[in-house]
Amino acid sequence: MSIPLNWYLILAAALFCIGMFGVLSRKNAIAILLGVELMLNAVNINLVAFWRYLDPAKMAGQVFAIIVFAVAAAEVAVGLALIISVYRRRKTVVADEIDLMKW
Amino acid sequence: MTADQIIFLLCALLILGSSIMVVTTRKLIHAALWLVVALFGVAILFAILQAGFLAVVQVVVYIGAIAILFIFAVMLTRKEMLDDLPGKSGAQTRSNDLLRKSWLPALLGLLILAGLVFLILGQPTLGRTAATMPEGVDTLRNLGTALVSPDAFVLPFEVASVLLLAALVGAVYVAAGNNK
Repeated sequence: MSIPLNWYLILAAALFCIGMFGVLSRKNAIAILLGVELMLNAVNINLVAFWRYLDPAKMAGQVFAIIVFAVAAAEVAVGLALIISVYRRRKTVVADEIDLMKW
Repeated sequence: MTADQIIFLLCALLILGSSIMVVTTRKLIHAALWLVVALFGVAILFAILQAGFLAVVQVVVYIGAIAILFIFAVMLTRKEMLDDLPGKSGAQTRSNDLLRKSWLPALLGLLILAGLVFLILGQPTLGRTAATMPEGVDTLRNLGTALVSPDAFVLPFEVASVLLLAALVGAVYVAAGNNK
C-alpha cells in the first residue's frame, strides 16, 4: 500500500468533474443520468479510500458506500421509469423539450 | 515507483479515459457500454483498497443491474439514440453547435477540478500512505456485524431497505403507463 491518499482524492475529483461536465452538456435525459452515475462513483472512491487510510477497524466508510449503492440503484430505477413514461407520452427524451412544468 | 503505484495509474487511466468517452461519445448505447468499463475500473480500485466485498457489489449491482437498466432504457427510446436534435442543416453545423453548447460546462468542470486539486495538494497530511491492515481484522465479518448491530448502523441499513422498496413500487407504478 505505497499509494499516497491524495492520488485517490485527485482521481475522484477528476471523475466527479467529468461526470458534472456530462450532466451539464448533454441534452438526452438518459445521458444526464449516466453523468450522475459517474459522480456517485467518484464519491464512493473517496469514501472507501478514507475508510482504508484513516480507520480500517471501524466500518463507517464502507457502510456509507453501501448506502450510496442503494441510493444510486433507487435513483436509476425511478429516473429511467420517469424517462420511459415521458417518452411514451411525449415521444421525446431531450431534456430541453420536457418543459411542461416550466413557468 | 512500486508495482502498486503502476497498477493504480493504469487503473486511473482506464477510469478517466472511459468516463471521458461516456460523456463525449455520440451514440448512447456506446456511452452505456463505456460506463461499464469505467465502473469495472472503480471495482479494481476497491480491490486495491482491500474492500473486496464492495468490489463484488460494484460488479454485481452497478454493472449487473444499473448498467443493464441503462442499456434497456436506451433501447426502449430507440428514436433518440443519437444524442442531438435532428439537424436543421449539415453535420458541420451540428458539430459546431455541440462545441458552442459545451464550452461553458467544460470551463466550469476544469475550474472546479483545479480548485479541488489545489485544496488537496495544500493539505500535507493527505500525502501519507496507508498503514498495513492490522493483523487478524476480518473486514467482511466487521462489516456484517456493523450493518445489523443496534449500536452501529442498523437504522441507516433499514432506512436504505425502505428506500429501495419505495423506489421499486414507484418505478413499477410510473413505468406501467396504462394507469389513467
